Amino acid sequence: MTKVLVLAEAKNGKMRNVSFEVLTVAARIAKGDEVTACVFGSEAERYCQELAKYGAQKVFIVDHEELNNYSPDGYKQALLNVINEVKPKVVLTGHTSIGKDIFPRAAARLNAAVISDCIEVEAGDEIVFTRPIYSGKAFQKKVVTDGLIMATIRPNNIQAIENQAISETIKLLVEIKDLRTVVKEVVKKASGKVDLSEAKVVVSGGRGVKSSEGFKPLQELAGVLGGAVGASRAACDAEYCDYSLQIGQTGKVVTPDLYIACGISGAIQHLAGMSSSQIIVAINKDPEANIFQIADYGIVGDLFEVVPLLTEEFKKIIAEKQVITN
Amino acid sequence: MNIVVILKQTFDTEEKIIIENGEVVNDNAQLIINPYDEYAVEEAVKLKEVHGGEVTVITLGRSEAESALRTALAMGADNAVLIENEDELSLDEQGIAKILAAAIKERDFDIILGGNMSVDNGASQVGPRIAEELGIAHVATIMKLEIKDSFVKVERDVEGDLEIIESGLPILVTAQQGLNEPRYPSLPGIMKAKKKPLERLDIEDLDISEDDLQPKSKIIDHYLPKKKEAGQILKGDIQAQVKELVLLLHGDIKPV
Repeated sequence: MTKVLVLAEAKNGKMRNVSFEVLTVAARIAKGDEVTACVFGSEAERYCQELAKYGAQKVFIVDHEELNNYSPDGYKQALLNVINEVKPKVVLTGHTSIGKDIFPRAAARLNAAVISDCIEVEAGDEIVFTRPIYSGKAFQKKVVTDGLIMATIRPNNIQAIENQAISETIKLLVEIKDLRTVVKEVVKKASGKVDLSEAKVVVSGGRGVKSSEGFKPLQELAGVLGGAVGASRAACDAEYCDYSLQIGQTGKVVTPDLYIACGISGAIQHLAGMSSSQIIVAINKDPEANIFQIADYGIVGDLFEVVPLLTEEFKKIIAEKQVITN
Repeated sequence: MNIVVILKQTFDTEEKIIIENGEVVNDNAQLIINPYDEYAVEEAVKLKEVHGGEVTVITLGRSEAESALRTALAMGADNAVLIENEDELSLDEQGIAKILAAAIKERDFDIILGGNMSVDNGASQVGPRIAEELGIAHVATIMKLEIKDSFVKVERDVEGDLEIIESGLPILVTAQQGLNEPRYPSLPGIMKAKKKPLERLDIEDLDISEDDLQPKSKIIDHYLPKKKEAGQILKGDIQAQVKELVLLLHGDIKPV
């Protein structure tokens, strides 16, 4: 029996799926003991029901407009207050831009360990966390030996399971003050698109894409599949796309259900960032390309010919499916 | 301006990882400055070029980490500090952050720069922890940095979106890829670097209690991913291959 607290996170007015995944882990660890969630900002109350659906028996909300944008100072004040109120043994959140930033900062205050970027959690006598190192070239298992257990869970690795709880909402008043960093503006470069780290399908381009224009067919395919577009370092270095799309040992690590590598040779650094994907498809003109070594399915051919055909074929199949379900 | 860079020496990203007896083998691997820390060094040298002052690079590691510091000196840093962990004391992120913070505390600093993660451990903890230990503000994953007097404006990468953030000195920032293009050390730079001051410290030299160094987490195993079998290269004309692929995937995934 272990009391678990989950820091939940909304983005663009929606609760992030990773928060449900983390609640699923929390239920596994709590083994019947209380799972509490907390969520911050003026909109916090909207999310309580959804959090209850995934097993949050209590939801602490800190409704404060200074928490509408993330800041380390503001979130630290709110989180430390909730931890002090709930007194959990384990505190979890997603390994997201917010989670990976606030957990170490709050942990330094609490003199606690954090196990970052976990992809699996076993809750036996000890809680054993599995995490990739060298961006997935190897893995390690880790335990916390002393004090509060804090961990961040990588999106897309643990299946969120519904687990309806009868939930109580508790408003916690926290004075949020002395913010030393202030967000003046948010430039939504990735808005409307599926987040790369949470995408179920990633269509990724390499040097073979040849130009920023060359990413268009990849974007169309990703659009049809409800996925996100990624890139190899070669494509980013050549300025075909933004560095925020880079997948690899420098850049992002992704674990989608389907990864479609287009014109990517498959350098070891790139493979580190995507080889844990469920199914890998490689499209490359060069039959010797390294990417074929780890692909489940390969097509040797010109991506500019193959990708549009693939888009059309998927469109057909999805249309047929909709006819059946209607 | 007093500029401090915290950096870590890591395996070259080309390296394959070998595990023996549950431990990563680190003999014979090519070692580099953690690529994210290299952006921090570059940004620090650029700050010095604009604002004047000194750049001090600090690392915690084994004796061979000197080569990473010499590279940073060759890029334009002025002083280096190597905190040696020759006994290979087992430390977790908390211990590492406390050691680095203790070393930084002993000097004057206006800004501290580091990478937003290391390409080996990849935990992204040490930067924010050091800021908390020092009681200063931090902004992680920055893409742009401007300083005017003690006013600081940064652009922070948030999963592809950008936040424009205002703050002040002192501050700790961690670099995201795209912040700058690290320079290659020039030959005169490399020659000069050999003569630049490099201070060697032991962990015991720092004002830090044994309690603070006690790890609170423990690694119990290391392992390699299962080797992926090469799959199937489709045959036939492209149109037929595409049709076959979609059918194969249709069995495996549910496209939305």
